[in-house]
Amino acid sequence: MKIDRRGFLKIGGLGILGVAVKPVIDVVSKAKLAEASSKKGVLVEKRLAMVVNLKNCKEGCTDCIAACHGVHNVPDIANPKDEVKWIWTESYENAFPDQEHRFIGGGMKGSPAILLCNHCDNPSCVRVCPTKATFKREDGIVMMDYHRCIGCRFCMAACPYGSRSFNWRDPRPFIKKVNPEFPTRTKGVVEKCNFCEERLAKGLIPACVESCKNKALVFGNVEDPNSEVREILRSNYTIRRKPGLGTGPQIYYIV
Amino acid sequence: MNNRGMIIAGIIIFLCLITFPIWYNVVGGKAAYTPELKIVSKEKQCVESTKYMRSQHMQLLNDWRNSVVREDKRTYTALDGKKYDMSLSNTCLNCHSNKADFCDKCHNYLEVTPTCWNCHVVPEENKL
Repeated sequence: MKIDRRGFLKIGGLGILGVAVKPVIDVVSKAKLAEASSKKGVLVEKRLAMVVNLKNCKEGCTDCIAACHGVHNVPDIANPKDEVKWIWTESYENAFPDQEHRFIGGGMKGSPAILLCNHCDNPSCVRVCPTKATFKREDGIVMMDYHRCIGCRFCMAACPYGSRSFNWRDPRPFIKKVNPEFPTRTKGVVEKCNFCEERLAKGLIPACVESCKNKALVFGNVEDPNSEVREILRSNYTIRRKPGLGTGPQIYYIV
Repeated sequence: MNNRGMIIAGIIIFLCLITFPIWYNVVGGKAAYTPELKIVSKEKQCVESTKYMRSQHMQLLNDWRNSVVREDKRTYTALDGKKYDMSLSNTCLNCHSNKADFCDKCHNYLEVTPTCWNCHVVPEENKL
């Protein structure tokens, strides 16, 4: 077969064009595949969240704090420098500094708000942890692996909600009644609320939610449109703590 | 070689001193002692065979820990198909409730200090 210069250039040009088009075709065909597989709806999304109804929260009641700290062996250290807290109260102004003004009414001024780890969508504590001791589970729980924590406290600096406490001293002597089913922590590790993942594994709801007699705390899957939390979020106006920081906190407040 | 006597005597004294721990134990009758574990257990069989547990329990516990904390998988299926809840405090120590006679004896003998019990709670010794 004889090939002239013109014929050679034609064939070569077509070949190069084919190589250039291939990646585009790949992308398009993969997108179609993904579309098809997601239609089956096998995977059910799960995103755990909590709604705190401050209207139902009775002043002076500490049932949720007692329940949580009892179940999780949280030490009761009076000295605020050393204190460890998983769920605690703070005045409205301090809890929601960007929603505060001089004339706040509705009984919110100075009244306590229940605070806990926000189990953020985009947790800054997870991002800074050098050992991956803090990580985010698929269901949204921001968990700690105390075995891996080296006590560097980067996470405490990163968390804009003050949800993390460092064990400056051995917590054991400060635990009134040790729950043998849950480990205590040791000196030199950071700890925080774990959304009661150990209770969820047994099919129980979080201890704070269970202990609240006034239904001020509601817990559930926020991805499920029929869940109780979604119903409450639909029918009430809710706010979150410092949403402007972009952490995507998952504790919603009715004020 | 004027000081031959002195040198040989010196070497002998040196050897005696450096082997002191060995012959001290031989004379004291403590040679080749192995710790005797007191196994107090409600069950006849541990999670895996005794031989496996004796050599690999630390690895097993590490795997359990990673599985529970990291992957939220809490059920262990043993070789014989039995299922166990992966928990040091609630599964292991539920049977081996005599930590002092069981865990510590061997760990002390081998001079290992696992940090498990800095956090995990040792249940009060059950009288069986």
